[in-house]
Amino acid sequence: MNNKAGSPLLAQDHISPDTRHGVILYAENVSVSFDGFKALNDLNLYINDGELRCLIGANGAGKTTLMDVITGKTRPDTGRVSFGQQVDLLQLNESEIANAGIGRKFQKPTVFEQLTVFQNLELSLAGDKGIWVSLFHKLNSEQKDRIAEILKTIGLTANETQLAGALSHGQKQWLEIGMLLAAEPRLLLVDEPVAGMTAQETERTAELLTSLAGKHSVVVVEHDMAFVRSIARKVTVLHQGSVLAEGTMSEIQSNPDVIQVYLGEEQG
Amino acid sequence: MSNKSGSILLDLKNKFNTLHWVVASLFIATFYVTFCNLVFAEGSIFHVSSYTVTLFGKYLCYAMLALAVDLVWGYCGILSLGHGAFFALGGYAMGMYLMRQIGDRGVYGNPELPDFMVFLNWDALPWYWAGSDSVAWMVVMVFVAPAILAFVFGMLAFRSRVSGVYLSIMTQAVTYALMLAFFRNEMGFGGNNGLTDFKEIVGFSLQSESTKLGLFIVTAIALAFAFFVCHFIVNSKMGRVVTAIRDAENRVRFVGYKPENYKVWIFVVSAMIAGVAGALYVPQVGIINPGEFSPLNSIEMVIWVAMGGRGSLYGAIIGAIVVSYAKTRFTAIMPEAWLYGLGGLFVLVTLLLPKGIAGMLPQLKSKFDEKFGKTNNVKTSTPVESK
Ligand SMILES: Nc1ncnc2c1ncn2[C@@H]1O[C@H](COP(=O)(O)OP(=O)(O)O)[C@@H](O)[C@H]1O
Ligand SMILES: [Mg+2]
Repeated sequence: MNNKAGSPLLAQDHISPDTRHGVILYAENVSVSFDGFKALNDLNLYINDGELRCLIGANGAGKTTLMDVITGKTRPDTGRVSFGQQVDLLQLNESEIANAGIGRKFQKPTVFEQLTVFQNLELSLAGDKGIWVSLFHKLNSEQKDRIAEILKTIGLTANETQLAGALSHGQKQWLEIGMLLAAEPRLLLVDEPVAGMTAQETERTAELLTSLAGKHSVVVVEHDMAFVRSIARKVTVLHQGSVLAEGTMSEIQSNPDVIQVYLGEEQG
Repeated sequence: MSNKSGSILLDLKNKFNTLHWVVASLFIATFYVTFCNLVFAEGSIFHVSSYTVTLFGKYLCYAMLALAVDLVWGYCGILSLGHGAFFALGGYAMGMYLMRQIGDRGVYGNPELPDFMVFLNWDALPWYWAGSDSVAWMVVMVFVAPAILAFVFGMLAFRSRVSGVYLSIMTQAVTYALMLAFFRNEMGFGGNNGLTDFKEIVGFSLQSESTKLGLFIVTAIALAFAFFVCHFIVNSKMGRVVTAIRDAENRVRFVGYKPENYKVWIFVVSAMIAGVAGALYVPQVGIINPGEFSPLNSIEMVIWVAMGGRGSLYGAIIGAIVVSYAKTRFTAIMPEAWLYGLGGLFVLVTLLLPKGIAGMLPQLKSKFDEKFGKTNNVKTSTPVESK
C-alpha cells in the first residue's frame, strides 16, 4: 500500500512531486503558535502516495491548522513541509500550492454562490489559471465530458444550471468535492466532509472517498467515528497540536493514550 | 394579443442579448438626436439644439464612467471611490493636447506656451508636456496615464491584500491627493483654473455645431465599444473568476488562481475606460480643472451605479443618465439643494428598488412572459449571463 504510483494522467501540468520514496507529504517538526498558544506543537506527519488517511482529534487539536499550513494559508513558526521530497511548500503561496496539485475542501463548505454548479466546476478544472487564458478560454469537448462525468459522480447533474448558492448544505459539500475532483490534484485534503449530511449522503461520501484512494492521496479530517471506521485504513490521532498515535483503527482503539484523551472522552 | 405576434416578440427577445439591446438603443438614440439636430430647423418642436446634443454627449461620458465603476465594483467587489481620478487624468491628457492646439491664438499669443505658463513667467514647456501637440501622444496618454496610476495603486493595494472599507478609503485619499497636487500652479497643469479656452480638435473648430455633433457621435460609438469590451470580459471565464473573487476571494486562491493579478488587471482596464470617458468629456464641456478629482465626484459615480443596479453593466448606463438628467433639471431650479436631492433620490431607490433600476427589468420581463403564456424558463437572476 505504500507505493501505489499516481496515474500518470493526473499530474501532467503540475510541478510533479518526487515520490520515489513513496511519500507524498512530509511535515516535520512543524509548530504554529497564535499569540503564544501552540496550535501545532512539533508535529510530524508523513502521508504515503496513494493512501487514504484519517485525521482525528478533539476540537481544537489543530487539524484545520495543519491543513492551513499545508495549503499555504498559515505559515508555521518552525518546521519543514514538502510535497514529495523536493517541492518545499513553505516557499509557495496558496495558488501555487493548488497548482502544484494539492486540493482542499474546507470545513465550512465554500462554493462560489453566484455562479452555477457547472461554472463552479469549470473554474476548478485543472489547467492554466492565467489572465489571458481565462479571457479567451473556451471549454473543449474533453473538458465538457469531464464536467459531465463529475456532475454524475457528485449527483448534481440535474442541478447543473442552478446557482450554487441555492443548493442544500449537503449538496454544497458534494459540489466542493466535485471542485476538488475537477482540479485533479495528487493530494486531497478534506476537512469534515460529512458534517451536516444525512446517513445516506454520508455513506455515498465514504464510497466516493474510498474510490479516490490509489489514484489520489487523500487526507480526511472527521469527527464522525462511524464514518472514520468505514473508510480508514490508517488513522492519525492529533492531540494538542502533536501526533498522539498512529495506526489501524483497532490499534488506535486499544491505544491507552488515545483511550485516555480522546475515545475515553467520547464514550464517557 | 394573438399568440403569433407574441411568439415573434419572444423570438426576437431570445435572439437579442444585452449587448445587442444596448448597442441598438444607443444607435437609435444617436440617430434620432443627429437627425433632429440636422433636419429640423430651430423653432420646430422636433429640433434638438446643439446645446442639448452636447449635454447628451456629456451624459454618455458619464455613462461610460459608470460602466467602468460597475466593472470593478459590480463584478469584482472593488468599491472604488476614486474613479474620478482616472476620468480626470484622461481629461487632462486631452486638455493638454487641446491647449497646444490653441497655438498663438491665446491671450498672450505665444505660439509655444499655453497662456498660464506665460503668466507664470515660464520660458519653456516642462518636460512632461513634450509631444503633447500630437494626436498620437494624446491618444496614448489617455490610456496610459490612468493605466499607470491604476497599476501602481493596484499592485500596492491588492498585493498587500487590502480590501473592503480600507481599500475604498485609500482610493478616496488618492484622488484627494491628486486634487491638491493639481491645484498647485507649479505642477504645470494650469492650477486652480485648469485647462480651458480650447479652440479646435484635430483641425475642427470646437465652436462649430457640426464638431459638437461629431463629438457626440464619437462618444456614442466609444460607449458602445466600451460596453462591448465589458460585456465580453464579464461573459468570459475571466468574468466568472472575477465574480468568484467578489464572493469568496480566499477560495479562489485554493483553486489555483491569483486574485491579486486578476484584480489589478480589471482595475487597469476599468481605469482606461474611465480615462477615455474623461478625454471625450473635456472637449464637450470645454474645460478640465482639479475639481474633477474631487472625492465627492467619485462618490457620485458610485451612486449612479448603485441606483442603476450594480453588476449588470446596462444598469450603470441607465443610472448615470437618469441621475445626471435629474441633476441638470434639479440644479436649474435649486442649485444648492442638489446634494439633498441626490441623497433623497438615493434613499428612495435603495428602499424601493434594492437592486437598482436594472433589478426591476427581470420582473417586468417575467410579467411580459406571463402575459404571452410563457411560463417555463424563468431564470434565476444572476449578474453573470450564463451561456
Ligand atoms: N487564526 C487563529 N488565531 C488564533 N487562534 C487560532 C487560529 N486558528 C486556530 N486557532 C486555535 O488553534 C487551535 C486549533 O484549531 P483548529 O486547527 O481549528 O482545530 P481543529 O480543526 O482540530 O478543531 C484552536 O484552539 C483554535 O482556537
Ligand atoms: Mg477544524
